[in-house]
Amino acid sequence: MTPVYLDNNATTRTDPEVVQAMLPYFTEQFGNASSMHAFGAEVGEALTTARKQLQTLLGAAFDHEIIYMSSGTEADNSAILSALETQTGRDEIITSAVEHPAVLSMVAHLEKTRGITVHIIGVDSRGRLDIEAYARALGPRTAIASIMWANNETGTIFPVERLAELAHEAGALFHTDAVQAVGKIPMNLAESEIDMLSLSGHKLHGPKGIGALYVRKGVRFRPMVRGGHQERGRRAGTENAPGIIGLGKAAELALAHMDDEQTRVAGLRDRLEKGLLQRIGNSFVTGDPDNRLPNTANVAFEYIEGEAILLLMNRDGIAASSGSACTSGSLEPSHVLRAMNVPYTAAHGAIRFSFSRENSDADVDRVLEAMPPIVEKLREMSPFWRERDVRTSEFKPSYA
Amino acid sequence: MWDYTDKVKDYFYNPKNSGILEDANGVGDVGAISCGDALRLMIKVDEPSQTITDARFQTFGCGSAIASSSALTELIIGKTLDEAMALTNQDIADFLGGLPPEKMHCSVMGYEALHAAVANYRGEVWVDDHEEGALICKCFGVDEAMIERTIRGNGLTSVEEITNYTKAGGGCSTCAEGLEEVLERINGEMVAAGELTADSAFNRNTVIRPKKDGVVKLPPAGKQLTTLQKIKLIEETIETIRPSLQRDGGDCELVDVEGNRVMVKLTGACVGCHLSSATIEGVQARLIEAVGIPLVVVPVTPYH
Repeated sequence: MTPVYLDNNATTRTDPEVVQAMLPYFTEQFGNASSMHAFGAEVGEALTTARKQLQTLLGAAFDHEIIYMSSGTEADNSAILSALETQTGRDEIITSAVEHPAVLSMVAHLEKTRGITVHIIGVDSRGRLDIEAYARALGPRTAIASIMWANNETGTIFPVERLAELAHEAGALFHTDAVQAVGKIPMNLAESEIDMLSLSGHKLHGPKGIGALYVRKGVRFRPMVRGGHQERGRRAGTENAPGIIGLGKAAELALAHMDDEQTRVAGLRDRLEKGLLQRIGNSFVTGDPDNRLPNTANVAFEYIEGEAILLLMNRDGIAASSGSACTSGSLEPSHVLRAMNVPYTAAHGAIRFSFSRENSDADVDRVLEAMPPIVEKLREMSPFWRERDVRTSEFKPSYA
Repeated sequence: MWDYTDKVKDYFYNPKNSGILEDANGVGDVGAISCGDALRLMIKVDEPSQTITDARFQTFGCGSAIASSSALTELIIGKTLDEAMALTNQDIADFLGGLPPEKMHCSVMGYEALHAAVANYRGEVWVDDHEEGALICKCFGVDEAMIERTIRGNGLTSVEEITNYTKAGGGCSTCAEGLEEVLERINGEMVAAGELTADSAFNRNTVIRPKKDGVVKLPPAGKQLTTLQKIKLIEETIETIRPSLQRDGGDCELVDVEGNRVMVKLTGACVGCHLSSATIEGVQARLIEAVGIPLVVVPVTPYH
């Protein structure tokens, strides 16, 4: 049985073309790009090409606006720390309740250790940002607003261009964690006011261990990792040449498949959602159906628990993920679904299906066939299923 | 992915005794949908022999919660009430060949459900109505009595274990101190009763952590130097650094000393080198070490 992989928001398969592009830079072109000899020079040229490939995907004005780092997490951390250093006299951060832990853990730490004031902006039941609250929170003490481009669990897209303009009106910097958005939706950073943007290679069929922070030309930046002069002194440490070159190739491929992502991949996702809702009662889609990534579906199955669902799906060769507490090692369900006020009857049973260009119609058929008996089996076992009528929830499913 | 034993997987994929027991005469409900797991245990007790003749379960929860529930029914069917009540949550975990530490609360949920069902059969009230104050973990609604039972039953000696076994402390974790208090008290009682060695018992005073009222030790005061001695020492130290800079085609000269500010002139390859700030820092560190007082090295332009 061929496995069906629908967990591409967790990580993607490295494209074989990407691996091919990287391989020579391990054993043949192994030089250090900073070295004053031919070994280094050849690598330097390849890095320049890779940087331009990523620049094109982002629609950035200059290739030197890209600073390579080890991960999206490092990029998020660096952006926030830099803003606090360069924005003299400003000691407040604005972010959203549904950010990735790479942002939320960092701002919580800064709040605790440096006395930074953090404004956490909430979302509505569809996961849409409360823009009025965001605008109200901005002020003369805001150093940086950091709002993700698209949410990893629901795929909901935030209006980052507009949010950046609002931040600038208040004299604040704007950063976006675009780890889930880069490569999935078209971008034109040169036309936007976004100051900083984080991305990660392995989310777009690139390798793991490489990420980047885009810093718009003219935005002052203070490095988090200090040492040598690599990346124009903005991120020390010998360049991860194979990783950077792999990310460049991945960016080129993502751009080539961009139309496919918007049309065919989105079509697969829509067919899966509609099919699941038709076949399985007491289920609904979470997130904003009008404004979300083309590849992400988050479906909540009421009265059952996510880990149990995933284990049964895994037995059928289907890989997805869940916002349930039990899968993460934490004891609380997903902070994203809780911020959206998804009721507990459903939050524990929310399953995220995330597609990529490598998925096919056959994958959707497999899932549509497998899910109804899995949900039925667990509901039969659940003490709440038969009593559901007396436990009607207040929550209005956004999309049925 | 959790490291479940084959038996856990088997009892999850093919659970025995799941469903509703129509003629149950004892029902125990524990957990809640908001907490992520809940178990309803239904038992049929034969009145004259006081034997559990049948048991069924309904569980909302993860794989190990369902497997633990099923294991519980297998363990109690055919046992007298007294025999069943002697079972511990560890017996449930052992039956399944063990559970991951973070999942031990699933076995505790089974234990609690059994006690609730037997209490219901006997017409007793299961101590589930938490009186104000008795609730220690408000996130998961865990009271002191349950924490105490679980510490004793499993020989727990850390707060982390309490969270793994009862979920208490697994949410906002503001009850950590309350958990430590209970743990210390119960462990103390267990030591007195010879159930636990004093070494392994939890004791807040012996846990290694920074002292709240600790005293900061200041570094030894700097050498008492006259201004002349200080400048001379700075000059001598810079002379010892120069050869290594000259090897790299650069140089460093002392220009002036004002209080704790040491003015130096970098020349040659040092000027404009991206490492000049590193050089300054290096010179500064050497000077502070030699002179023994805080100094700031300030570069002045070579054309000054």
